[in-house]
Amino acid sequence: MPKLTSRADLNVYRDDLVSKRKPGATVVTLCAGTGCATCGAGDVVEAFRKKIKTNGNIQILTTGCHGFCERGPLVVIRPRNIFYQMVKPKDVDEIIEKTIGKGEIIERLLYVSPTTGKAVVKEEEVPFYLKQQRIVFGLNGYLDPFRIDDYIANGGYQALAKALFEMTPDQVLQEVLDAKLRGRGGGGFEAGWKWKSCKEAHPELPHHIICNADEGDPGAFMDRSILEGNPHSVLEGMIIGAYAIGGTDGFIYVRNEYPLAVRTFKNALVQAREYGILGENILGSGLSFDVKISRGGGAFVCGESSALFRSLEGKVGEPRAKYIHSTERGYHDEPTNLNNVETWANVPHIINKGAKWYRTLGTDGSPGTKVFSLVGNVNNTGLIEVPMGMSLREIIYGIGGGIQKGKAFKAVQTGGPSGGCLPDSALDLPVDFDKLTEAGAMMGSGGMIVMDENTCVVDVARYFIDFLIEESCGKCLPCREGLRQMSSILHYICEGKGQPQDIATLEELGSTVADCSLCALGGSAPNPVLSTIKYFREEYEAHILRKKCPGGVCTSLIEYEIISSLCNGCGTCESVCASGAISPAEGEKREKGELHVIDKVKCVKCGACIEVCPTDAVIRR
Amino acid sequence: MDPVLETMEAARPRTEMECEVEHILEPYEKTPEDTIMVLQDIQGKYNWLPREALEYASARLSVPLAQIYHIGTFYKAFSLKPRGKHILQLCTGTACHVRGSRLILDSLVRDHGLKSGETTADRLLTLECVNCLGACALAPILVIDGKYIGHCTQVRAGNTVKRLRKEAAVDKKENANA
Repeated sequence: MPKLTSRADLNVYRDDLVSKRKPGATVVTLCAGTGCATCGAGDVVEAFRKKIKTNGNIQILTTGCHGFCERGPLVVIRPRNIFYQMVKPKDVDEIIEKTIGKGEIIERLLYVSPTTGKAVVKEEEVPFYLKQQRIVFGLNGYLDPFRIDDYIANGGYQALAKALFEMTPDQVLQEVLDAKLRGRGGGGFEAGWKWKSCKEAHPELPHHIICNADEGDPGAFMDRSILEGNPHSVLEGMIIGAYAIGGTDGFIYVRNEYPLAVRTFKNALVQAREYGILGENILGSGLSFDVKISRGGGAFVCGESSALFRSLEGKVGEPRAKYIHSTERGYHDEPTNLNNVETWANVPHIINKGAKWYRTLGTDGSPGTKVFSLVGNVNNTGLIEVPMGMSLREIIYGIGGGIQKGKAFKAVQTGGPSGGCLPDSALDLPVDFDKLTEAGAMMGSGGMIVMDENTCVVDVARYFIDFLIEESCGKCLPCREGLRQMSSILHYICEGKGQPQDIATLEELGSTVADCSLCALGGSAPNPVLSTIKYFREEYEAHILRKKCPGGVCTSLIEYEIISSLCNGCGTCESVCASGAISPAEGEKREKGELHVIDKVKCVKCGACIEVCPTDAVIRR
Repeated sequence: MDPVLETMEAARPRTEMECEVEHILEPYEKTPEDTIMVLQDIQGKYNWLPREALEYASARLSVPLAQIYHIGTFYKAFSLKPRGKHILQLCTGTACHVRGSRLILDSLVRDHGLKSGETTADRLLTLECVNCLGACALAPILVIDGKYIGHCTQVRAGNTVKRLRKEAAVDKKENANA
């Protein structure tokens, strides 16, 4: 591959790629993202590859995540966009013979909408996708992340060419400022302002461009799916950023727990260099910029900018006080511009279509779309991209398909360990940076964990505080010691040893930790506790005053029971009970044996019986 | 280092482990900035961070051994103790937590003698709780030697542990017979 040395080269190359494609050719799109891969997509891909050889008329395309992980492995047959879900290797022959060969639909593999009971044929008609607006994720189902050609053929690197050859660095910067692109990593700070202050800082020093892919929030995997599905879009954003800011070198800091993302991005760098899109004299424009990969060590605090820089320098990731912003003194104390993966991936779209177009998406204060990982007790788990301002209700019920097993909704947790829990009264809240913060939660990087009536919010608060104790770097006292005290109070409450004054103590401790901590980790750490006290005070009171756990989670406060009328006497529960607490009650006949009862003295409340009971006769209360 | 000592050090024959670490260091520029990634690769090779490997890496990267240990204890990904033959990673991320991963952990600890973050005395099993594997649709998740068990239950987790122990016992017997 000869290097592309001008904009004309790029366009000729793209036209050439497009002309080689046969219009109307069948493309079998196989999702090989982590969600589908864990469901066995690897075997499905293998089966397809064995059976069909890619030729002009049929192509096999293994792509990154399509988002609908709950139903993986996913297969989409284009151009008709026939959507098959939960495909097994044994289905492959039938798909090849019937759908690819004769154009017939296989009913069994279609998605059936739980609300209407009807089977859906086309991908875009699946309710999960119907209400989404996919910009950043737009190309995820259409390209092989390991092939730069796919990206270029789909209009990739056009924004870079436009920036380099039609715009000055200041114009690019102005466009991002006008678009009011806000950082998608959590804080929501305006990217344009960050770029500007970095650009203007210390012109004599090198300027670093860094992509933060240390997605540490448990329950969030948006950034990974972007890197795994469309790495070039992030890289293109970074190069455009380097042009606007005057960046001299770049880094991407990826979690080592994301091996596939490391591989796709590494490959993207190699290909982009080979094509002359990265490195010296990019596309003959005179701009030189390169990016290195740095793998993180698995520490949540390293998502914080100053800790991330220390980690990049090969040190322990401890944050520093930020009297001076990292845009002035960041990596190696030199001006550094750090943005998150999703923020960078938005940049090419803004340059391509303009700030004006971008402002038509989303809300006034938070333009654009946002990718969320919708997980927890919701029917359609997966990654979604929606315009800012959509209500939580629309997201959870419209896209997410409501709560699993028809249970009642209790809370939705946004923003990971730094965010908060919102109750059903907040469901009509439009989701954007400011509205969520006002409500006591936060946008965070986009994790959205839905919880049903069988969740205990005190337990969830304790879970997050314990997580943060583990992840606190220990440098400043309020975070290190304050969280410990909060955790021990929460543990007491969950064990039924809570005191009436505990809630007030938690609130006082929480506000001290939030006000006095050194970095954002400690500053937002009490949010899960404070927001649950705000919205679910009665649950705390139930634990403390009545010694009851309304969600049926806190082991010390609940009992297991078998409902006599539901038990069919099968005895499965007895066989799994490790503590020998379940036995048949003599004389009580049921269809499959005798009624079983739980000896509450022997019961260790492990819950194994609930897992196996075929008639849901075992309950916790 | 003192130049005389350095020459002597360079002339000393390398141990097997030192050669292996040298091989790991090859693609790097050997600056202190590479420390974390080098440690990751060492851990990738041995499954933990042996002291001998760290001492050698310390000299080659010009990073004091104490600082290497500082990094080794700070980041969660590193283990300073040998790990077991089989590694069980239980996801305790938020989505797995609300779908009941805690009950699985409790049962592995109570009924199967495992402890979070520790290796069994026979070095067969290591249990680790990890924060999010990003496959929340399949929550709760248990990963055994890289293989995912989605929608895991304590019964399935327990059966897997029993199976691994049984296989190890069979292997031991066969080895003894051979």
